[in-house]
Amino acid sequence: MASNAAVPFWRAAGMTYITYSNICANLVRNCLKEPYKTEALSREKVHFSISKWTDGKPEKPTLRSDSPEE
Amino acid sequence: MLRRASMLLACRPILAARARPFSTDLPAAPSADATFTEAWTKVIPNMDPPKTPLSFMQPRPPTPSSIPSKLTVNFVLPYASELATKEVDMVIVPATTGQMGVLPGHVATIAELKPGVLSVHEGSEMTKYFISSGFVFIHANSFADIIAVEAVPLDRLDVNLVQKGLAEFTSKLSSATTDLEKAEAQIGIDVHSALNSALTG
Repeated sequence: MASNAAVPFWRAAGMTYITYSNICANLVRNCLKEPYKTEALSREKVHFSISKWTDGKPEKPTLRSDSPEE
Repeated sequence: MLRRASMLLACRPILAARARPFSTDLPAAPSADATFTEAWTKVIPNMDPPKTPLSFMQPRPPTPSSIPSKLTVNFVLPYASELATKEVDMVIVPATTGQMGVLPGHVATIAELKPGVLSVHEGSEMTKYFISSGFVFIHANSFADIIAVEAVPLDRLDVNLVQKGLAEFTSKLSSATTDLEKAEAQIGIDVHSALNSALTG
């Protein structure tokens, strides 16, 4: 078996395939024409709330809304 | 005596391999869960067994013995299904190993896609999409599943933004220091030059 034959450059730099794929998708979305661009960016918005836990109890959750360019 | 033992060991795996042919020749998948229904009727003979997820799914069409005339394509994105079991003549996918043409009867293949143009040929019409990245699974029964993260028809792309992006990432590459930055800049260049050649070519 070939040992790690020719890895792609992004994997050699420590990036995973998902990160690579998401970067490519973001770049393509940024090159869209106007009405489609705003649709695409709003489609990819993520809203989530994070709460850190200490000593078995959750602290106050923070609400985050990451837009895809982060 | 040791020779007999090693011969027996050698014979076993070969028999097992022959009994299960290449997985590309899988028979049509069953549409009802036989073992579940048997076990159910043994325990509760009066009630009808409930439907399992397997019975809701469409069974895999078997590999026909002669090459079919059309390729059935499922082209899906995370948020929409662009083409669902559409019968076409040919698709050309941008695989990492180059533009790959898929005709009915293509050998079963799994290919990773690079940013590029997917063209679907049906009769005399051709539809092109720019794909950001993804995979294509071609099955032995002439079904092709194309999975992409982002796919846009070419007329939705803005040439000026593409060229601006290309210039920006080329300059980022020359000013990048860490490996990660260089990789990101290189990805930017690859994607934008693919976009550029899709729009101009």
